[in-house]
Amino acid sequence: MKQKSMTQTNRIAGGQVDRSTTLKFSFDGKQYAGHDGDTLASALLANGVRLMGRSFKYHRPRGPLTAGSEEPNALVQLRIGARQEPNTRATTAELFDGLTATSQNRLGSLSFDLLAINDRLSNFLTAGFYYKTFMWPKAFWEKVYEPIIRNAAGLGSLSLHDDPDVYEKGFLHCDLLIIGAGPAGLMAALTAGRSGADVILADEDFRMGGRLNAETFAIGDASGADWAAATVAELTSMPNVRLLPRTTVIGAFDHGIYGAVERISDHLATPAPDKPRQILWRIYTQKTVLAAGAIERPIAFENNDRPGIMTASALRTYANRFGVAVDQRNAIFTNNDDGHRTATDLHAKGVKVTVIDTRTDAPKSQDYEVLAGAQVVNTMGRLGLTFAQVRLQGGSERTIECSALGTSGGWNPNVHMTCHQRGRPTWNADLAAFVPNDLPYGMTVAGAAMGDLSTAGALAGGAKAAQTALGLTTPLPTIPDAEDAPVNITPFWYVAGSNRAWVDQQNDVTVKDVKLSHQEGFRSVEHLKRYTTLGMATDQGKTANMGGLAIMAELAGKTIPEVGTTIFRPPYTPVAIGAFAGRHRGQDFHPKRLTPTHNWAAEQGAVFVEVGNWMRAQWFPRAGETTWRESVDREVMATRGSVGVCDVTTLGKVDVQGADAATFLNKIYCNGFAKLPVGKVRYGLMLREDGIAMDDGTAARLAEDHFVVTTTTANALPVYRHMEFVRQCLVPDMDVQLISTTESWAQYAVAGPNARRVLEKIVDQDISNDAFPFMACADITVCGGLRARLFRISFSGELAYEIAVPTAYGDALIRRIMQAGAEFDITPYGTEALGVMRIEKGHAAGNELNGTTSAQNLGMGRMVSTKKDSIGAVLSRREGLNTDDDLRQVGIKPVDPADKTPAGAHLMAADGPVDAAHDQGYVTSACYSPTLGHHIALAFLKDGVNRIGEQMRLVSPLTGVDVAVEICSAHFVDPEGVRLRG
Amino acid sequence: MIINHPLLGPRDSAEFTYMGDARLMDRPDPDAPDAAAAFYDYAYLRDNPAGWHRELWFHEAGDRSWLVVTRNTVTHEISAVELASDVARAQGRT
Amino acid sequence: MDRLTPVPALGAGTQTIGSVTIAENSGVALASVAARRGQSDACGKVLKSILGDVPAVGKAILHDPEAGFWMGPDQWMIGAPMASHEDIADQLKASFGDAASITEQSGAWVVFDVTGAKMPDMCEILCNVPIRKMVAGDVQRTMIHQLGCFVIRRAADDHIRILGPRASAGTLHHALVTAAKSVA
Repeated sequence: MKQKSMTQTNRIAGGQVDRSTTLKFSFDGKQYAGHDGDTLASALLANGVRLMGRSFKYHRPRGPLTAGSEEPNALVQLRIGARQEPNTRATTAELFDGLTATSQNRLGSLSFDLLAINDRLSNFLTAGFYYKTFMWPKAFWEKVYEPIIRNAAGLGSLSLHDDPDVYEKGFLHCDLLIIGAGPAGLMAALTAGRSGADVILADEDFRMGGRLNAETFAIGDASGADWAAATVAELTSMPNVRLLPRTTVIGAFDHGIYGAVERISDHLATPAPDKPRQILWRIYTQKTVLAAGAIERPIAFENNDRPGIMTASALRTYANRFGVAVDQRNAIFTNNDDGHRTATDLHAKGVKVTVIDTRTDAPKSQDYEVLAGAQVVNTMGRLGLTFAQVRLQGGSERTIECSALGTSGGWNPNVHMTCHQRGRPTWNADLAAFVPNDLPYGMTVAGAAMGDLSTAGALAGGAKAAQTALGLTTPLPTIPDAEDAPVNITPFWYVAGSNRAWVDQQNDVTVKDVKLSHQEGFRSVEHLKRYTTLGMATDQGKTANMGGLAIMAELAGKTIPEVGTTIFRPPYTPVAIGAFAGRHRGQDFHPKRLTPTHNWAAEQGAVFVEVGNWMRAQWFPRAGETTWRESVDREVMATRGSVGVCDVTTLGKVDVQGADAATFLNKIYCNGFAKLPVGKVRYGLMLREDGIAMDDGTAARLAEDHFVVTTTTANALPVYRHMEFVRQCLVPDMDVQLISTTESWAQYAVAGPNARRVLEKIVDQDISNDAFPFMACADITVCGGLRARLFRISFSGELAYEIAVPTAYGDALIRRIMQAGAEFDITPYGTEALGVMRIEKGHAAGNELNGTTSAQNLGMGRMVSTKKDSIGAVLSRREGLNTDDDLRQVGIKPVDPADKTPAGAHLMAADGPVDAAHDQGYVTSACYSPTLGHHIALAFLKDGVNRIGEQMRLVSPLTGVDVAVEICSAHFVDPEGVRLRG
Repeated sequence: MIINHPLLGPRDSAEFTYMGDARLMDRPDPDAPDAAAAFYDYAYLRDNPAGWHRELWFHEAGDRSWLVVTRNTVTHEISAVELASDVARAQGRT
Repeated sequence: MDRLTPVPALGAGTQTIGSVTIAENSGVALASVAARRGQSDACGKVLKSILGDVPAVGKAILHDPEAGFWMGPDQWMIGAPMASHEDIADQLKASFGDAASITEQSGAWVVFDVTGAKMPDMCEILCNVPIRKMVAGDVQRTMIHQLGCFVIRRAADDHIRILGPRASAGTLHHALVTAAKSVA
């Protein structure tokens, strides 16, 4: 039977690897060869490599415990450079040509790990040792203990490079999602697929078939693997069935939503150009069949963690599916009949097997030796198993030479996904395992996941589950004949008297640690988990939890179901962060919104700033300007001196129409709008219902039944949402229609004494001061008939207009304005100059409307109309918001013109103490005013209106600010408003 | 979660913006003698029960309808979804 | 004075990636129609006269030259060729009178036509619409790369029209191109 090759010394006949291909790969720098269809673990085992890693805490030598995604031990670093990925399970990593893997968590080489000293200190490093040991002296924690622990602990390491791969996120919709493509899942898919339903069948493996690929028994006339392949072929031919191999369903979320990670390129050296590495699918399904199978659990005994010791089913999988005999001398340690199935399969492959069965009534065999009522009490072998020490039924001991030892403690149905919606599994004493109980919305469970551990049971259960889920009345497909062996098990969790019997191999938790935790008073299973770390980390205790629960139950004198399980949470297996991010990273983290002048501004060399998602021109540097301040100062002075232009498209705009439009605005603004004449604009302040300012802007009445409302850039969406709330929920019968038109119009502010002269050259109508006075608005035309809007409003305090054209004409309009303004040296200005001019003018903005300020604080208390109801009006009249010494907006200027008056600094009495108790107010906005030649600021100050002229201290102990300032009016420039009316 | 929109059918809750207790629709009469107390209650004293709750959801990435969703905050079961404007009218708002 | 010349939202033209073609369509004039309170019937009559029928919830009427789709309760979007309907809002105002509020929308949207055999695969990694179940005339508002978009299933099985926010035309186009490459 055995076909030894030069390198793959443990490769035997059979299996589903493609021997016509040779895949070269390296592990810890050494070259090996495997075949297509191998995992990294199967290929290493084929090459006689059992030692694949070092354990987390004690740095014990470890090899694979399993042949699947439940693997706790064989975690390696895959690939090199930026694609280096730590903690990858060798048992699921698909082999490809050129694969590079390295072992992790070692100091020195894998076979001589210097940190293995921890294993000698094990009496010291027991459960909770961090909590107990590093308490004193306190300062040592950060400086001494933590760096040492961090260096020694953990598993793999990150590459510290950006992930070069891309990930997608996508959405799928189906009638039936089937999780797992073993016999139950395949049969469910066949039943559902033939009924015409839209089906998704997902399996984490690259080869669908589940255990059928790892077993020798037949289904009907074919081998299980062949039946699986034929079924997959039929399903592939159905247009209504979507097969997702290499896809792990990671979580069951509310109302039939599932998360799934499809590994598109993980089996390739690098993804194809432009192709994602993985896709995170969000699957919407009406119904779900969970056919996730079962996981064999090990038995704990002294030194049960040596490389070569694994679950019995893993030995069977390596032999049957991968054509790998881990060693020629095997032992099986079992408490149930399934262990004997492994022995039978191995024996058939020509491998010598001895079965150690804890049961005195163990089945006999003609083919191999069975030691009934025996237990493995210890093992030997420094870097891998060489001998097992067995205590026979009579108490005498015997040493068995073996380099592979399979343990079978029974099978745990894979109930995880049934518990993601708070479901708790129920105990099945016949199986000595938990089985699903409360199920998530729309889910049925079939096959081994339901506790039907025979193949016949899985096939029938799968068909029935699909039938039930979809409510099919059509006859079921013929269920082929298959083995139907009953489960015979006598629970046995650990060998008594062991000193170092590993329950959780990933977290190095022993039976003794569980006992210690109990002894120290941790009685809840959740506490046990946190204290010992049992069941944590990448495998989430898939092979460990049951053992821990059983020991806990025994110690507490309870039954296992009384102890209960910890809560299973998504994800089922670890998910790369990249998959959650999808395309939303780096430059694509969020969308960019470009203004209509963007291309033009870029041509001018503008410096852009992100505001929300908008890219706004911040300033327009000119040749010779070396600091941003030079540019901004020039832009302000040019605007105030002649004319400037600024893109203000980003302000939110909401079209408000209908017979009740004015009444509606009266409701949402605290000031009155009912009497605003057509052709006029009014400033409006919106309050929240608690009386605090929400947003401000203008409303322009273009017609009796048509207003355009503007909002601040940042609040465009929340204000629109609020307006819809008022419309739909509070005044549902008003005749008012709302629609956001922010992006429909390109809107530019043209400001400065020459603004009218510039616009007269563009606007087709008369815009003289008489025809179009301050706060006028109108539908107009520009450049010979293009529809446009004009608003005579001013944020800068200058004679100013905002002119709007349909967005497609925005680029042409800015160029035309620049042309028309050339004779006045028209100057484009950015958000910085805009900000400077509004501070100079004392206009409130986001810094002042900061969610804590009332109309009173803003100096607009009298704007809140008492003649009508509006949102926030009642609570704005509360006593607490109307005290005499309340904060009021004021201006600040430094006594020494050279001083700065930074935002965030607080105001204190000139001669009083500087502490929080004596805080008088704070600066919200600050800038250098080129108009005045010194810094200025807006601030909120207690009783501010009555303190104009007072000298105070402006302090910020954190940033070292302490300057003398004078309180002044917030209107630094043109307080009478002569310019804007000119 | 899936919210069964009365007009559009089942939609992912990710398309919605949440605003909490549907009592926000019961805006007090500003002219009532106890208006100040009623508004205080309205603005600040909202329920946040573990169990059945009537909530406001805005279909921001959809048809811009405000919905009243009756949802169990423990199990996420949703028993009713109504257009808020219908609810408001049924409550006598105009 | 010289008239102003419009520019397309992006000027991306047409790209074919694998079997998928992405074409910016600057030729659609758009305006929204919202029925005035109590005017649903009157509004519906005008819609019928323009489109042949009133677009039902989640549906478009792919009528020529004007097409229309449902946006929300008592609200529809009407589209027509820009060459003949640049003043679509004024035209509609004339037709609807006081039955509806009309808002010009031409400048608010960028329009991409996506066609090709792999269009459905591309859709699956772009947005949460049940693309394989949609039939001609189905419309869904959805998020594409965080952007609120309308996805309209046009007459041909492999054709969708995407309306996205014009200011983010570049982001949306980038998302479409990357998705097309991903499934190519």
